[in-house]
Amino acid sequence: MSALLGIEGVVKRFGAHEVLSGIDLDVAEGEVICLIGASGSGKSTLLRCINLTEPVTAGRIVLDGRDLTQRGVAVDAVRREIGIVFQSFNLFPHMTVLRNVTLALREVVGQPRAVADERARELLSRIGLEDKCDEYPDRLSGGQQQRVAMVRALALEPKLMLLDEVTSALDPVLVAEVLAMVRELAAGGMTMVIATHEMSFAREIADRVCFLEDGRVVEEGPPEKMFSVPLDPRTQLFLERIIEARRL
Amino acid sequence: METFFSGFHFRESFPLVWDGFQTNLKMMFVAEILVLIWGLVIVVMRVAPGRLGLPLRIIAIAYVDLFRGVPLIVLVILVGFGLPIAGVFPGLDLFWWGVIALTLAYGAYVAEVYRSGIRSVHPSQVAAARSLGLSHTKTMRFVVLPQAVRNVVPALMNDFVSLQKDTALVSVIGLAEGLQNANVYAGNNLNSTSVIGVALCFIVITIPMTRLVDWLLVRDDRRRQAGFA
Repeated sequence: MSALLGIEGVVKRFGAHEVLSGIDLDVAEGEVICLIGASGSGKSTLLRCINLTEPVTAGRIVLDGRDLTQRGVAVDAVRREIGIVFQSFNLFPHMTVLRNVTLALREVVGQPRAVADERARELLSRIGLEDKCDEYPDRLSGGQQQRVAMVRALALEPKLMLLDEVTSALDPVLVAEVLAMVRELAAGGMTMVIATHEMSFAREIADRVCFLEDGRVVEEGPPEKMFSVPLDPRTQLFLERIIEARRL
Repeated sequence: METFFSGFHFRESFPLVWDGFQTNLKMMFVAEILVLIWGLVIVVMRVAPGRLGLPLRIIAIAYVDLFRGVPLIVLVILVGFGLPIAGVFPGLDLFWWGVIALTLAYGAYVAEVYRSGIRSVHPSQVAAARSLGLSHTKTMRFVVLPQAVRNVVPALMNDFVSLQKDTALVSVIGLAEGLQNANVYAGNNLNSTSVIGVALCFIVITIPMTRLVDWLLVRDDRRRQAGFA
């Protein structure tokens, strides 16, 4: 398998504070990677670096053989190919659900309104939200909003999806519907990098799990191994705490 | 009492004052529209991104500093007397010089109001828009500005109340607006009732506007509470 995404020695500093201290990670096409680790371990920052929201301090991000961290890269064009979904949904509150999904199709891809609308309706009906097209986001439940946010990113047919703790802001009863959608994406062959606190979900869906601590990948491996026989004492300690908190 | 509240002089002067006040109304209307546009132009320059945007930012900052710093009456005199003498737009009506002076000054205020609105839009909105591949310009146009303007409608209306009153300042360049007409009458008849008349005209316009601002603010509070519930 060839790597779709290459993360090579990525360092990110905010002033004197080093958040990422040299991350190396290759993601193959169709692979699902789960990033686990305590808050502040650098998971979100890594995702933000991948889609160029944060410029890296050192190292390279390579997508499909292209170095994204070089000067002169058309940042907006790259972002189209990398979908990201945030913890807090970040739907546009002044636009209808349909408009949220079609905005980029029309203004970035340049599709005519009728085409974009039809595409958005089709995607929304696939997740059972076709009757919410003309509603504003604040009329939807958190789970529905998050699924719309995923559709908004997917409408651009990205090569890679980044999910940044997409269930952390949700009521426990709403988590399932969002996870079901992620599961479906994975089954459809979408390449994903997922930062998550949902350990049992990571265990179920990930091809590979990476444990981050202090801006480093401490240990990585298939979920069976990572969750059953982690080698590094830091991973062991983290998982023990998770089990104590009954999150696994 | 008679000097300010003479029934006779009120009846005598009011048609003249009211006639002049039509000019104020027109000036308010035209200036408010131009101010909304001009303020937007300035704020878009003010938030221009990156190194390329630096000259625009500097121009916008200098503009706002300058035009907020100069008393409006000074600006009216400079624009209304100075520019025609300098030969700019020869033959332009005094009305328009008044509108230009008001627009220049209030454009600076309104640009700052817009800017506070832009700052009130959560950065995650920008992050979401940019992550979809929208450029800075399109992010501003479709995501940030519509939300920003909504957030500052009460503040904009407040500035408009103030602008409406300040149309009276244009009397200093001799435009036959409400105050000018009232003043002429007062001078000729040694009685200030006509000026009270023009004051009433302004009050009739600005008080409903102020109440509307109050109402918008209350509605806004309610919405925000509903949002958190």
